[in-house]
Amino acid sequence: MGAEFVMLSLAPLLIGIFAAVACALPGNFLLLRRQSLIGDAISHVVLPGIIVAFLLTGRIAAWPMMLGAAGAALVAVVLIETIRRLGRVDSGAAMGVIFTAMFAAGVLLLEQSDTASVHLDVEHALYGNLESLIWLDGMGWASLLDPVALRGLPPELPRMALTLGVVALCTWIFWRPLKMATFDEGFARTMGIPVQLLSLGLVITAAIAAVAAFDAVGSIIVIAMFICPPATARMMTNRLAAQIWWSVAFAVLSAILGYVLAGYGPLWFGGSNAVSAAGMIATVSGLMLSAAALIGPHRKG
Amino acid sequence: MTLALPRSDPDQSPLCIRGLTVSYGEQPVVFSVDMTVQDGAMTAIIGPNGAGKSTLLKAALNIVRPLSGRITVYGQPLAEQAQRIAYVPQRASVDWDFPTEVLDVVLMGLYRDLGLLGRVRGHHIRHAKDCLDRVGMEDFAARQIGQLSGGQQQRVFLARALAQRADLYLLDEPFAGVDAATERAIIDVLKSLRAEGKTVVAVHHDLSTVRAYFDNVFLINRRKMGEGPISTAFTPETVQATYGGRLADGQITQLTQDA
Repeated sequence: MGAEFVMLSLAPLLIGIFAAVACALPGNFLLLRRQSLIGDAISHVVLPGIIVAFLLTGRIAAWPMMLGAAGAALVAVVLIETIRRLGRVDSGAAMGVIFTAMFAAGVLLLEQSDTASVHLDVEHALYGNLESLIWLDGMGWASLLDPVALRGLPPELPRMALTLGVVALCTWIFWRPLKMATFDEGFARTMGIPVQLLSLGLVITAAIAAVAAFDAVGSIIVIAMFICPPATARMMTNRLAAQIWWSVAFAVLSAILGYVLAGYGPLWFGGSNAVSAAGMIATVSGLMLSAAALIGPHRKG
Repeated sequence: MTLALPRSDPDQSPLCIRGLTVSYGEQPVVFSVDMTVQDGAMTAIIGPNGAGKSTLLKAALNIVRPLSGRITVYGQPLAEQAQRIAYVPQRASVDWDFPTEVLDVVLMGLYRDLGLLGRVRGHHIRHAKDCLDRVGMEDFAARQIGQLSGGQQQRVFLARALAQRADLYLLDEPFAGVDAATERAIIDVLKSLRAEGKTVVAVHHDLSTVRAYFDNVFLINRRKMGEGPISTAFTPETVQATYGGRLADGQITQLTQDA
């Protein structure tokens, strides 16, 4: 059991947890700023970025595509902020305009170029392929101390761990100004906090988390984790710090429960095949949100 | 006493505005306004809805960027003196469902002392609680802000401003939609600030209390319509001129009667 778990489940489970928490952390602030849709927006705008990266490099590889996706996400984020500030429109509307326009541009690009013949796997982008991120060199817990075996870890694992580290560090350092600017932007500005820069920094952090997580686990988890754990956590407490910790707990729990249920759930109910772990993780987070909406101690109305 | 100081010495004024124009599009909201706030006095900014009262304050604080204009604070550029100003925004401008507690909001007024990662220490908390005490909210320190009444929210905002230990207090409609007890509590605090030699400027909407609460008025209807001590600047004529024109006849009659 130990050896099989380490080889087949350890890496996907950790990647799922890291991705969920990395998205949930900025998700807390996006939720309070009514910008939760940003995860959805980013998942659409990366399409043109990935295609441009393919056109430039001519191959399907992780790094160029991630850079292309990140570039597109940054362009989108800057455009959304610009439209929101200059056009004085609701952030939801600004996101809606940008993500449909950029997604449409991506579709046109795809059609007009040779990329249509390359198999850009929709299923992969959407659901990710968590179960495939296995650690063939992981022959048991002892492999965790074996440098040779560790080198065989799926590259998504260190990438996602690093992303989570950066996101967590940013959240910790900018905690106080983030809280103030989210609660009362005008006042925060009079206290010398660069609120526009901070707000841009927040969405850029969210974009980085999202792009790293797409590559590892697909967009379903990203969209769900930006919204569900923070929204569930909001109904558990009336203190922001506690909300953050609750959201981390819910994100971790969704990842573990979702992964286990996807792998073993269907077998328990007499089915023969496992279902998508990414889909199940997102579903579990949604069920948690529903439960909190029914019985959470601090739900509204 | 302070009230006898020359009124228009721009080098001494806590807030001196020259040629301020702000626009949210085609139409300027505030047009070419000069204002010289008197040190140690309480000034009311009055004018009809949409006359640019709040915008004037926000532009003075650089919350909205003016098209043109020069702003000095105690004779220096705003950026160098920003720590001497405390701003109390309109209560309705924030989401009171935000997950935080009363004491936490007051501690936000200490951000300049605390910085990014400075630890909140005992003396910070004591100072914040003293400020809550001054506005009569000492029993609410641990209360979630979503459970406060409108008047209590306004007092928490005032306590946050007090925590800043500023010299100039800029308040946007501090009496809007608050109960009588809160209005009393707030005006007492503002008068105690004046007694300490601080300067208070408030956007005010109730013409009937201008005389009782303030020393000076600043009348605005996009342009400056008058400025000075209540006795000379707050007359039926200036109020009529400020509120006239843009409002319906019924409203003008009602407002001037209030005056």
